[in-house]
Amino acid sequence: MDFFTIVQLGDASIRMAIPLLLACLAGLFSERAGIFDIGLEGKMLAAAFLSAAVSFSTGSVWVGLFAGIGISIVLSIIHGLASITFRGNQLISGVAINFFAAGLTVVIAQGWFKQGGRTPSLSGAARFDGLDFPGALTRVRDKMQASPGMQFYSEFVSGHSILVYIGLLTVPLTWWVLYRTRFGLRLRAVGEAPEAVDTAGISVVRLRYAAVIICGILCGIAGAYLSTAVQAGFTKDMTANRGFIALAALIFAKWRPWYALGACLLFGLFFAIDNRFQNIQLQVIWIMVLLVGASIAMTVYALRREKIDVLVLGGLSAVLTAVAIMTWVGSTGEDIGAIAALFETVKVPSQLIQSLPYLFVVIVLAGFVGKAIPPRAGGEPYIKER
Amino acid sequence: MTTTAPAIELKGISKAFGPVQANKDISIRVMPGTVHGIIGENGAGKSTLMSILYGFYKADAGEIFIHGQKTEIPDSQAAIAAGIGMVFQHFKLVQNFSVLENVVLGAEDGAMLRPSLAKAREQLKTLAEEYELHVDPDAIIEDIGVGMQQRVEILKALYRQADILILDEPTGVLTPAEADQLFRILGRLKDEGKTIILITHKLREIMDITDTVSVMRRGEMTSTVKTSDTSPADLAERMVGRKVLLRVDKQPAQPKETILDVKGLNVTDEAGVHRLKDVSFNIKAGEILGIAGVSGNGQSELLEVLGGYTKANGEILMNGAPIDLTGATSDGQSRRARGIAHVPEDRHHEGLILEFSAWENTAFGYHHDPKYQRSNILMDNAAILQDAQEKMDRFDVRPPNPQLAAKNFSGGNQQKIVVAREIERDPDLLLVGQPTRGVDIGAIEFIHQQIVALRDKGKAILLVSVELDEIMGLSDRIAVMFDGQIMGERLPAETDEKELGLLMAGVTDTDKPHTIEEIEQNLAHAGAGATKEV
Repeated sequence: MDFFTIVQLGDASIRMAIPLLLACLAGLFSERAGIFDIGLEGKMLAAAFLSAAVSFSTGSVWVGLFAGIGISIVLSIIHGLASITFRGNQLISGVAINFFAAGLTVVIAQGWFKQGGRTPSLSGAARFDGLDFPGALTRVRDKMQASPGMQFYSEFVSGHSILVYIGLLTVPLTWWVLYRTRFGLRLRAVGEAPEAVDTAGISVVRLRYAAVIICGILCGIAGAYLSTAVQAGFTKDMTANRGFIALAALIFAKWRPWYALGACLLFGLFFAIDNRFQNIQLQVIWIMVLLVGASIAMTVYALRREKIDVLVLGGLSAVLTAVAIMTWVGSTGEDIGAIAALFETVKVPSQLIQSLPYLFVVIVLAGFVGKAIPPRAGGEPYIKER
Repeated sequence: MTTTAPAIELKGISKAFGPVQANKDISIRVMPGTVHGIIGENGAGKSTLMSILYGFYKADAGEIFIHGQKTEIPDSQAAIAAGIGMVFQHFKLVQNFSVLENVVLGAEDGAMLRPSLAKAREQLKTLAEEYELHVDPDAIIEDIGVGMQQRVEILKALYRQADILILDEPTGVLTPAEADQLFRILGRLKDEGKTIILITHKLREIMDITDTVSVMRRGEMTSTVKTSDTSPADLAERMVGRKVLLRVDKQPAQPKETILDVKGLNVTDEAGVHRLKDVSFNIKAGEILGIAGVSGNGQSELLEVLGGYTKANGEILMNGAPIDLTGATSDGQSRRARGIAHVPEDRHHEGLILEFSAWENTAFGYHHDPKYQRSNILMDNAAILQDAQEKMDRFDVRPPNPQLAAKNFSGGNQQKIVVAREIERDPDLLLVGQPTRGVDIGAIEFIHQQIVALRDKGKAILLVSVELDEIMGLSDRIAVMFDGQIMGERLPAETDEKELGLLMAGVTDTDKPHTIEEIEQNLAHAGAGATKEV
């Protein structure tokens, strides 16, 4: 693997990480304020659709972006009404928003554009193009022949759409808001002990609505990014469960902004590997070492915990080991002997690579990454006690 | 005197929750620079009244005057602006915030945090010196003890420039030493001209610290008197509306053979915390053993082990025969079969099913009793109902209606249902946890009489309570628990609250004088476990 490939992989990781990151920070604002939001997915999807549709109709991607943010905020406020004002169950409200968005986007797209539930392809000003920094090379052939520094600058630093830079800037901004401003202090407090906020004379309801609306804005940007920057238009279910992966990343990040960046970049890397290396060739023995090693690590961890993890991780490690043995047996089928088969080079099943991010989500959620303490008042509607 | 306006004057405050009249036409005047006590049974309307003053509820009728000015208090913000600070019974602190952040929350100076925090740090230093309220501003709330947390609450109020401080049952979670410290602080605040309202149901506190006292009964303010003109017995009578016995009337115990013998009991919880450490004691027939201690020092675990819902290591002999502590017969059902009855600490979660009716609640745990069975499959509800009716009559449960859901009874009557269920089984050993927590004075008297009566029938009783008065009054022998250990045993006649208080703080050489700092350090050390218990 040459340097340029690594740079390209990093470039792709960032591109894949941005929608996750925006959704993850959206969830961070909401959950830090005590509102669990499983509806990130639905909000992103709705925003992806509406921003593509409006961009196409108006010819301006910026108008599209604001339309996407708008619909996402509307859905956020519906979630807020259900969970803050009417003190309903936050999970049910979130799931409802997901179903609502999944169905309605396709139906409306079909009604408006009659292209099988898609929006027409976007081009020109109706799409976010990459920003080319001064002096950056744009043609791949030029880049491949340039110096490593130039490769890094041209491919990794330059050439992303503006939303990528906005997304990355959101991380320090979120940190600053949470830990350096009055609003952040109150926001963190309301997710931990709303009664403390209430008795200090601050409105719990207003704070939580503010958090939910910020969540809507970030989800809206994430959705618009998918349909107007990564792709050129909306397709059915194009968010591909990124909203849920963002929630896993949020737990992995322990509800902290910089950790969220790390977690999302890691997930982004998995997606980038999946996209780029549909065709990885490895010696069988390395595949076996990787898979069996992972399964042993999981088993050891699960046995130490003596909990339900045993079942989940035990099952996973059994599957991994089985895949490892199947790879080996598959290669011995070519009549070269068991030992020689270990050094045979085979194609890593693309399904395995594709499943990596999701596999990682399961591991994260099974608590492999240490103790994550969610905000104490999370998921609970606030009712003044008598 | 005539020129000073009262710090607080309430005129004709009324508040109803649906059909329940929580406050009826209440008027009260509190002069500045005094400590005013409000005493009353549970549900008398004390907390409602203070919640109105703090803007949590809006009164249906009436007026509030602060320093002679008519003031509307629609929300807490307005109360704070009027100079009212409130220390709630359950602290309103953000557990994973620092002391500083908790103090600043809601009283920031601007949109940016840093200047506010810096200013608060300076301010806390001044306050600490002025009122002896020393707290580490960078300590995280969940790491400090309950007494410290309470100080943070007081600091919060002072930082907001409160000159009227309301404290709701402030000593419920404190050791006697911490309570004394609190009262010293309150005395200091009073000297500085602050007005203090103390809500409590403990007569001793009223007598010790207040200048004037108001008594509330069933939503009404029945009387306001100078503390120096009254006595505990007089106040109790005003609270309940009839004469009450404050001292438990009992004969000296006549202990006989050993009923329960506990040897080297150890419990480690799921988080790996050592909750009980080598606990050993015994109880004889016809004897009440009281376990004193600040809540969360292992008393709950001890009751859980004996009651059969926590596993433990060690040995327990009941009537000379060992009890199964880990195996198939270590459950509550088997314990009851061995003659152990249990009035749990938390009657809402462990003693009763609140949604179920009283008659169903009187049979829980004993529903396998043959006399409740119609056949092998069917229960004899009529028999349970009749049995419940008899128990409720004997224990004077009001209203005496077994069909009513348990949640509709007052705290005292709920407790009577639990006590009736357990005592009526005529157990050899009765475990009683916090028998009078949230129970009004009239019912306390009755429950205490029942416990003593059971003792006089020659039964063994283990009493766990955080109320020292209760422990001193009822017990024939007192063991003090601290940090999962028994610090010592004393006879009530040969000890006093001071000595017990030191033992409760983990100090065993009780003859030596000790500073409050030492005790606090001790408590903070054991505090991690103590604060998590509710």
